[in-house]
Formats: sequence, structure tokens, C-alpha cells
Amino acid sequence: MSPSTVTVTGSGIDPVAIRRDFPILEQQINGHALAYLDNAATSQKPTAVLAVLDQYYRRDNANVHRGIHELSRRATSAFEDARSRVGRFVGANDPGEVIFTRGTTEAINLMAHGWGLEFLNEGDEILLTTMEHHSNVVPWQLVARRTGAVLKWLELDDEGRLRLEALDRTVNSRTRLVSLTHVSNALGTVNPVADIVRAVRYRSEAVVLIDGAQAVPHLPVDVAALDCDAYAFSGHKMCGPTGIGVLWARRSLLDAMPPFQGGGEMIRIVRRESSTWADLPHKFEAGTPDIAGAIGLGTAVQYLEGIGMSRIARHEREVLHYALDRMSTVRDLRIFGPSDPCERSGVISFTLSDAHPHDIATILDAEGIAIRAGHHCAQLVMRHFGVAATARASFYFYNTTEDVDRLVEGLETVRTVFA
Amino acid sequence: MESPSIGSLYQDLILEHYRRPRNQGELPDRTADVHVANPVCGDEIRLQLKIAGGIIEQARFVGSGCSISQASASMMTSLLEGRSLTDAEALAKRFGDMMRGDADAARDRRLGDLRALQGVSKFPVRIKCAMLGFDALRKPLEHNSAISGGP
Repeated sequence: MSPSTVTVTGSGIDPVAIRRDFPILEQQINGHALAYLDNAATSQKPTAVLAVLDQYYRRDNANVHRGIHELSRRATSAFEDARSRVGRFVGANDPGEVIFTRGTTEAINLMAHGWGLEFLNEGDEILLTTMEHHSNVVPWQLVARRTGAVLKWLELDDEGRLRLEALDRTVNSRTRLVSLTHVSNALGTVNPVADIVRAVRYRSEAVVLIDGAQAVPHLPVDVAALDCDAYAFSGHKMCGPTGIGVLWARRSLLDAMPPFQGGGEMIRIVRRESSTWADLPHKFEAGTPDIAGAIGLGTAVQYLEGIGMSRIARHEREVLHYALDRMSTVRDLRIFGPSDPCERSGVISFTLSDAHPHDIATILDAEGIAIRAGHHCAQLVMRHFGVAATARASFYFYNTTEDVDRLVEGLETVRTVFA
Repeated sequence: MESPSIGSLYQDLILEHYRRPRNQGELPDRTADVHVANPVCGDEIRLQLKIAGGIIEQARFVGSGCSISQASASMMTSLLEGRSLTDAEALAKRFGDMMRGDADAARDRRLGDLRALQGVSKFPVRIKCAMLGFDALRKPLEHNSAISGGP
């Protein structure tokens, strides 16, 4: 394939048409067309999302749930419609179970405070994996310190997959919480969540929380089919604005949990000594929410549905296959994560000879190619592989095989500099 | 915007120091021992100095990280040995000037091999990398000026 052609993949996605929805991709960086390959950090936003944010502030802006006037009615209705739509997108049909948060991190912290601090006791076990992003590690360390609960770990194998055979030994009647990622941000490993939940259910009554930050943007997700108890994800990685995310959790779990933060919106009656709480989901949404962000996320979901998550997943898989093939031709390149492409998403973590990942990222940036370098907030993964950092290229549905060609050419430049 | 060239950043001298860092190791009879890290990228430098009578008699470092941070530390330690703390402070200031794009500083022969890092000033996100070794040096320098009451 010649590097200059952009092909319509078997998924039916036409990247040229799609890219017209993302004006940010049209710019030149350091004299080269931008190849944006840092989607695991954040995605770009389509014009539909930009337009709805603008329209909301120009035409409909008001506070939600309190006003009697027309603008407040419009804002409330758009906000709540977005909640229902975003919930349905992940198979959650009860909008009361869909809590808007600032993002995945706040969603996990909400569970740590509302459920962890409330229900965990000394000697209870929390099972995490060494694949977790720091946002699914540190909140539980804080909970463990305050409750006396104990952290247990599911380890990785040489290809960065969970050692699921160890579930037999690590899950037992003391296990009260299992919290793990659906897709690894550092390796791209896709975990068989439904199988894991089934195995956990067989051995314990643990609550299962899934970090879906890298899954919801890229794969069809159905929380009912996964049978987990709670699921967290972020809007900004799936074409939505920054500052908005979701915690979905079973109603029975949310009903049992005390509020996370206190304030307006989350109360029913306030008296001098105590108050009563609003119904779900408002009990967990103190203060004026990110109304525009939620509406923007609703539009992002609508946009993704318009393309189709199965097509998106298929297109990304094709770009991933192409990238793994092309990158395997670069000498001294080491790719981390599963060797079977079917076990990974569009994330490729790599090192290249003795070039430090930051040097790789600088050289690629000079050619207009945006990747990430560092520990990816997953220092446990880095330690597992004995590296301080990796370079990471991550794809979305608007990426093309041409972007991959550019990446590979850039990597050859890195090799020349560090030869 | 005119893009700065990669060639201007990755001078041969930098890559040479990166591959064969000078003054690597530990000093058993050190009088100063400072560890600094950049949490964003994980670059680390542990700087050890043997200071006597206001003179840096020996300087060693161990570290891990990108070519810029490690080459900078290697070049810096090469210049520190035998230098007074006052001199070292002037050197650190001059290097900071060069990182801010000061053309005079970039021509200052006192900076020795460190001048090869002048291209870093065109890559703002990498200046932190180049400064890491000097961040480690700051603590012994401050300690000294606190004791001597001055400069």
C-alpha cells in the first residue's frame, strides 16, 4: 500500500468523510499534517459536539431542576435527556442509576467514599490488578488505610494479560470488592470482564466495579451483559467534553450508600441537625452539575451511535493490525501487551532501542505526530515489565493507515538519531 | 510558526554523554546527597557531592531518564569538580539563562559541553529535563548560602 493512499476499511468507515467532522485534525504541526495518535489520553471532538455546547450557552443556558422558567425547563430537559441517552449507550436503562461525575477518577472515588469507607471493615479484602491506572489504585489505598481492609492483587503474565487462573486463590469469602479495568490504558489488553465477574460471583459476594475509561469509547459495552455492579467511564475520551463522566451502579448499591458530597441538588429536606436525601441519581450530584458537559456527552454518544460502535471497533482493529504489522518491521522496537491482536484494543505501548520514550515523542512531534510517553499513570505495569516508561500510540476511528505509515517513518527517524 | 529542527536538539555531544555518562556512581565519602525526580516522566537523578572548604571536590550521579536529562547531568558534574560553590551557583544561573533562550549565555565558554544543550530552549516541554541535574544541585547550594550567610 502506498503511504499516500487512505483506504476505506472493511468496516465501511470512510476516514476522509469522518475526518471532516474533526476540524482540529486539519492543522499543520511543525510544518507537517497532524497525526493525532494520543487518543487513550483524550479524543478529539466532532463539530456536532462543539455546536451543541455553543447552542446550549447561546440559547438554553440556565440552572437545572430548580427554575420554573422556560430556559431552566430547556436546560433540565436537555440535561436529563443526555443522562438517559448516555445510560442506554452502555445498557443502563434506569437513569436513576446513572450518576454524572467529573470523570472516571471521580466516579471511582465516589465508590471508594460512598461504598468503601461505609461498608469495608478490618480484614476485608479488596482485589485489584497490577494493570490498573493509578485512579483505580490510590483511592483503594486510602480506603484500606482508613478501614483496615487489605489490598490483594491479580498479577500479569509476560504478555500483559491478567493471570486469571489465580482468581481461584485470590477470591474468597473475605473478598468484598473487586475493581478492575475493562481495557488497559498502558497495554491495550482487553480483559474478559464477563468471565471474570462470573468467576468472582462463584467464589464470593464481592461488589464488582469496572473502570471502563478505555472501553466505552472503543467497544460496544453492556453493563447488564457484563453483570458487574458498577461501571465508570469518562466523556472526554469518547468525543465528549472534558469534565464530565459517569458512574453507573445498581440501584440497590446506590440506595445503601450515603451521599458523596453534601450541598444543593442532593437534598430533600434540610433541618438544623440533619437532612434527608434526594432520590437517585440526584443524591450523588451535589451542587450545580456540568450541564453543558453532560449535554455535550449526550451529543457525543449520539454521534458515536450514528457511526455504530461495532463499526468503530472493527475499523480500529484493522488499523491496529496494520500498525502491528508495520511496526514489527522497525528494528529494535519492542511492543508490550498481548501478541494476539484479538486480545487488545487500539493501544500500542513500545520502546525503541536505547531511545528514551520522551526523546521518541519529541522527535515524532517535530514531524507532527502526537503520541504519549511516560508511565501512563500505570507505574505497576511499568514495574512489571522492568521499564521506567514507554511510548504509546493509541488510535480512534478517525485514524487511518496513513497515520500509521507516518508513525513508522517517524520511528525510522528516531532510529537514525539514536543509531 | 517555524519549527525547530530535531538536529538542533539532539547534538552528537548530547547523545555521546547519554550513552557514556561521565561521573556515574556513588561517593562513599559524600557530604551532600540529593535525589530529584520528575513525576511527569519518571526521570530521576541522584546527585552526590563531596564538598570541603566551600569547594566541590567530587561530583557523581546515578540516574535514569531521557537523553536530555542524563546528558545534562553528565555534563554538569564534569564542570563541577574543583569548583567553588559560588562558582557552581554562577554556572547554574548561566545555564538557566541559556534555557530561557539567552544568546550570550549560549556562547559562554564557561558552560563547556553544556552549550550543546542550547537547542533545548526551543523545546519548552523539554527544558524541565535539561534542568533536572541543576534542580538537584540547588539544595547543596542553598544549604551553603544559608551557612555562609551569603551571597
